Amino acid sequence: MTTAAVTTGRKPATMAQALGRALRDAMADDPSVHVLGEDVGALGGVFRVTDGLAKEFGEDRCTDTPLAEAGILGAAVGMAMYGLRPVVEMQFDAFAYPAFEQLVSHVARMRNRTRGAMPMPITVRVPYGGGIGGVEHHSDSSEIYYMATPGLHVVAPATVADAYGLLRAAIASDDPVVFLEPKRLYWSKADWDPARPEEVPGIGRAAVRRRGTSATLITYGPSVPVCMEAAEAARSEGWDLEVIDLRSLVPFDEETVCASVRRTGRAVVVHEATGFGGPGGEIAARVTERCFHHLEAPVLRVTGFDIPYPPPMLEQHHLPGVDRVLDAVARLQWESEWTAPSGGSGGPAGVNDVKDVKDAVKGFDEFEGGVR
Amino acid sequence: MTVLEQPGSYRPTPPPAWRPRTDPAPLLPDAEPYRLLGTDAAAGLDTGLLRRMYGQLVRGRRYNTQATALTRQGRLAVYPSSTGQEACEVAAALALEDRDWLFPSYRDTLAAVARGLDPVQALTLLRGDWHTGYDPHEHRVAPLCTPLATQLPHAVGLAHAARLKGDDVVALAMVGDGGTSEGDFHEALNFAAVWQAPVVFLVQNNGFAISVPLAKQTAAPSLAHKAVGYGMPGRLVDGNDVAAVHQVLTEAVRRARAGAGPTLVEAVTYRIDAHTNADDATRYRTDAEVETWRAHDPVDLLERELTGRKLLDEDGVQRERDAAEAMAADLRERMNQDPALDPMDLFTHVYAERTDQLREQAAMLRAELDAAGDTTPGPQEGAQR
Repeated sequence: MTTAAVTTGRKPATMAQALGRALRDAMADDPSVHVLGEDVGALGGVFRVTDGLAKEFGEDRCTDTPLAEAGILGAAVGMAMYGLRPVVEMQFDAFAYPAFEQLVSHVARMRNRTRGAMPMPITVRVPYGGGIGGVEHHSDSSEIYYMATPGLHVVAPATVADAYGLLRAAIASDDPVVFLEPKRLYWSKADWDPARPEEVPGIGRAAVRRRGTSATLITYGPSVPVCMEAAEAARSEGWDLEVIDLRSLVPFDEETVCASVRRTGRAVVVHEATGFGGPGGEIAARVTERCFHHLEAPVLRVTGFDIPYPPPMLEQHHLPGVDRVLDAVARLQWESEWTAPSGGSGGPAGVNDVKDVKDAVKGFDEFEGGVR
Repeated sequence: MTVLEQPGSYRPTPPPAWRPRTDPAPLLPDAEPYRLLGTDAAAGLDTGLLRRMYGQLVRGRRYNTQATALTRQGRLAVYPSSTGQEACEVAAALALEDRDWLFPSYRDTLAAVARGLDPVQALTLLRGDWHTGYDPHEHRVAPLCTPLATQLPHAVGLAHAARLKGDDVVALAMVGDGGTSEGDFHEALNFAAVWQAPVVFLVQNNGFAISVPLAKQTAAPSLAHKAVGYGMPGRLVDGNDVAAVHQVLTEAVRRARAGAGPTLVEAVTYRIDAHTNADDATRYRTDAEVETWRAHDPVDLLERELTGRKLLDEDGVQRERDAAEAMAADLRERMNQDPALDPMDLFTHVYAERTDQLREQAAMLRAELDAAGDTTPGPQEGAQR
């Protein structure tokens, strides 16, 4: 067998397929793993992630439940109490809200409440985020609610390999994991070998997706490809951007993030969730607290607006795109003197009437100490 | 030629066949709460069981009064008393086998104790030195649950899981009348019925959700009637008649264990005390109403039955009261000792493994504690005082 033959197992796979494979492999490896949710059986889930599981493992292992999210998660709590390892599918981000009380009052607290006697090895899969043309209630970025709840892990994959590896890690975890699946990356593809899925770092480790020296883009989930594209575009402007994919919001990999920012001296946090009270505020605060003397500019945020998620025909104005990321990068005080953008300090970075990117690049060129 | 031009020729297609999924008649509760004590049927009851239940009721009543007293002495942060509801508490515990699971609400400390839980450990939540003070697996008692009705789906999930594993286990979940208005009550009953999970739901209808009477809680004929909508039987029972509650629950447990699915039991009782020691019940109900229920006291009901049938004499009554006093004295003594607290426990069980952030915060608290320790008198200095 040639080396080439060994690698032919790698072929294009979607994130949805990798997630489905992770569920399948977890169920095959561990009989205590049970999948439950709405339409997860015969239909295979509205995103087809659970396709084939009921057929392969039977309806007792992959169960179509009544349509009631609190009941689904509440039942999962009882199943976990009895030693099972439930994987719950919430159909869409906003439809996970009815289960919020079970998640916050029980799933997140049970281990602590019982001094470790009752761990909650539950994975709550939540298709999340926008950009798929969904009508109201189908595009929320709900991560901040979960991040603000001690006892939960919050994970969001951005690559096919991570989708598989992180979901396996989530299911294997003895702690509850809110597993946020970026809807608009479900059909993103990568070469991947389902028979030999590559090892990825566990929950709590960030990944540097692109090495760079000028500034660090800190992001996760659906905004990772946006930042990668922005980093490519920035090359022509003279910026060499580092891109960090957090992979896991809780635990938060401060070490990787801060090491990067200390090197680059500049950082922009990018996410779809709203800015005010959003994840970016926490991340910016942490980076500032720990890297202050290395910073050449305030940590900026590029986020969704502070509005209810827009209707699909307007969502492109809301979602952080490449231009907005580049605008924010342009505002990272590349010039010797910082002037606040006009239009006040409110609003997500890049939205205000900032200087044209080219002007900023010019300023960058003129600023000798620009690159650390 | 159209259909309209041919009178009588149009035959509408009949709709697909419809029939009720379940015959509702056998699911309906009785018109009156089921009673045993004071009826002819009581003569056939197991006298050993009645004596055992009597002892539990007397101790249960004393537990309630002692715990309430401990709140006045600052030894308990709060106590939601089940005085007047001891029959339900005791019957729930005794209706279960060891391998079964009990899912109590915050008012059901007594049921947990009757099931064998250490009385002090059962009060941990209400003393406030931790949340759940016992390992739920030890006596198969889930944590006392504060958010209303949210423990009901847990009971369903556990019972479902047990059945999937082939275990012969039943879960009994307790909730109050107010809790039946919560969404989780609905979802739990629906899941249980659809899955035919071996669960028994015991609603203690004690008349009040803190201050709100049942009339403002539901327009249903009875809470037991709600069962019919889920396709499970509803049973209505006198919640102060411990023999009746025990019999109804035992039958529901047997039914669940046999694979016949869940049952909803409404026990009609009355909360003699206020909602908790912090509540003022005179603001929403009359003493006269309370007195009518005192005349239907669960301990007295059984005592009259037993003494009337010469199954218990004055000495027997006294023996049980002495046992209850001894239990109360022991509880008092143990509760008067300050609980051992370790502030570092705050970080121990949040996750299986501490996050970096929690490690940092734990170190901060440790440093604060150490610094505070430095300012307290050393052993020698202290000894001189």
